Amino acid sequence: MFNRDRWREILEVLTSNVGRTILTAFGVCWGIFILIVLLAAGKGFENGIRADFGDIATNTMFMWTRRTTKPYEGLPKDRSFEFKVSDVQAIWDNVPNLRFVSPRNQLGGFRGGGNVIRGIRVGAYNVYGDYPEIINQDPMSVTSGRFINHNDIKDKRKVAVIGQGVKSELYDKDEEVLGSYIKIQGVNFMVIGTYKKKNNDGDGEEAQKEIYVPFTAFSQAFNRGEDVGWMAITAHDGSSISELKHNIIDVMKTRHKIHPEDKRAVGHFDLYEQFNRVESLFVGLKAIAYLVGIMVLLSGIIGVSNIMLIVVKERTKEIGIRRALGEQPWSIKKQILMESIFLTIISGMAGIIFGSLVIYGINSLLDNTGPVDMFVNPSVSVSVVSGAMMILIISGLLAGFIPANSAIKVRPIEALRTE
Amino acid sequence: MIEIKDLHKSYRMGSNSLHVLKGINFTAEEGELVAIMGSSGSGKSTLLNILGMLDLADSGEYTLDNVPIKDLSETKAAQYRNKFLGFIFQSFNLINYKSALENVALPLYYQKVGRKERQEKALNYLERVGLKEWATHLPSELSGGQKQRVAIARAMAAEPKVLLADEPTGALDSKTSYEVMDLIQKINDEGNTILVVTHEEDIAHMCKRIVHLKDGVIVEDKKIEQVRAQQYV
Ligand SMILES: Nc1ncnc2c1ncn2[C@@H]1O[C@H](COP(=O)(O)OP(=O)(O)O)[C@@H](O)[C@H]1O
Ligand SMILES: [Mg+2]
Repeated sequence: MFNRDRWREILEVLTSNVGRTILTAFGVCWGIFILIVLLAAGKGFENGIRADFGDIATNTMFMWTRRTTKPYEGLPKDRSFEFKVSDVQAIWDNVPNLRFVSPRNQLGGFRGGGNVIRGIRVGAYNVYGDYPEIINQDPMSVTSGRFINHNDIKDKRKVAVIGQGVKSELYDKDEEVLGSYIKIQGVNFMVIGTYKKKNNDGDGEEAQKEIYVPFTAFSQAFNRGEDVGWMAITAHDGSSISELKHNIIDVMKTRHKIHPEDKRAVGHFDLYEQFNRVESLFVGLKAIAYLVGIMVLLSGIIGVSNIMLIVVKERTKEIGIRRALGEQPWSIKKQILMESIFLTIISGMAGIIFGSLVIYGINSLLDNTGPVDMFVNPSVSVSVVSGAMMILIISGLLAGFIPANSAIKVRPIEALRTE
Repeated sequence: MIEIKDLHKSYRMGSNSLHVLKGINFTAEEGELVAIMGSSGSGKSTLLNILGMLDLADSGEYTLDNVPIKDLSETKAAQYRNKFLGFIFQSFNLINYKSALENVALPLYYQKVGRKERQEKALNYLERVGLKEWATHLPSELSGGQKQRVAIARAMAAEPKVLLADEPTGALDSKTSYEVMDLIQKINDEGNTILVVTHEEDIAHMCKRIVHLKDGVIVEDKKIEQVRAQQYV
């Protein structure tokens, strides 16, 4: 099938009118180029957004309390309430398929400024009272020492894990951090570890400036009693937190005597839902890229098909001669199809190469000028390229189909008669 | 070798129908060299094209080497053309971007003969028509007579049972015509069956039998004393 004579003939035909061949090739080249570049841009956007999510476990919801908006069981509306530590066990008992339920308390951030003092240095940081599991929900790498453990929780140890950002602000460059003390709102905590969060450039600074202390020690030191500020709840991979959250909220409503119809009393943020929304945005972007790319490609294919038709017309007599000499119709058809596929693939490859060069250029530009928000490492994967190749082969087949058929539609005698 | 019975053919042009062949009966034995004569438009080419399976008759029977030629698919027809028939046209019909050698090798390629053997055979036939030195030349670099000799070599290359020549000398001056006829006679001497369409008396008399077509029927069919072309070359 792929013998030398066939290839020679394909080249002979395509090089017999170079200008026309190049013009034809341009349509397909341009289509694939647009497809590749759009997909890469979508990927860059996707990478950028994903970097914003960081490593955070996305099957997670956050839940906090607000004022009630409906009276219930003799209790008035506008009542404020707090989650309690016992709520955690209640959630575990009543809702299946949960992976982590982490009660959290917080100083700083949206609940007021937290002051942290070390010697003469002062800083304002978010301070969290947490359980050890939080490291799985909001992943961070411990760069020295260790993270909070269950003994810390049990013994209410006043220990703290501080971010790299905190460290660089409160400590000199080569000062020993581990074992030193920091004063959080007047209470001394011993630093037992430092962390670094993988996160993108946007919120990266903030994320490195947090302090984690054991939940129990936090409650004791800052007089929170049994109160829980908010909760981070992660479902097992098989189930979606978006479905489970209704059960969880219902459990809270029952325990805190909230009207079942009260939609505002339990505030929550469903990361999974947000993530899915963004995911569908990515899917949409990809679909648009394919749509636009394939539309342009289609016009390229029609161009190839047209040119092949002209080529077939020009070669009518030759085809007649070949058939008089005994060439099989399918052999002629195959020849035309192969010419079409060859032309399509060659021009498509030119488009892929051209597109890759542009993407490469954009990447090195990004590297040189520094990061751009929401746009990281635009790229095309091997699977996209091989997908594009598949599209090209199919396109070539489609483009060659009509001309190939028209080549053998003419009866040999009529073909011979044409001048 | 060739047997046709009551062959009819008409061409439809819009509402008109032109009855070209009106019941042709004809047989040719192996080794014959037949001239088909007739005035222009008498249906000589039509007959030859039907014999060559390039065109279809409306009715009638056609047997070639004891094989009934009937209801052929295009694939089968191509196969038969390749195996049974060699064509020589008035306008040579060489493929202009292929060298003389490649043109001659083409029927062998369709027979799936290997590249090397193909080249050897083609060169051998080119040598027999005296054009070995011209093997690598394109048709545009050859004279009319040379082109027709390449075409003859090509028609011979597949070793067909019958050679069909439609006005092989029609585009050539008389000297070159005789050279071509000399070649055709020599091929016939080796036992090949050849049908030559012509409207030139002198060419017809270089065959061994003359069939005269008029108004769609054979009006005359006679054996003749062959004039050798050699003496005019
Ligand atoms: N494809 C065709 N369509 C219509 N008429 C045709 C066609 N081919 C040949 N004819 C007509 O048929 C008649 C015989 O043609 P042809 O066999 O070529 O004659 P010859 O070869 O003897 O000159 C002519 O009148 C010619 O015009
Ligand atoms: Mg004619």
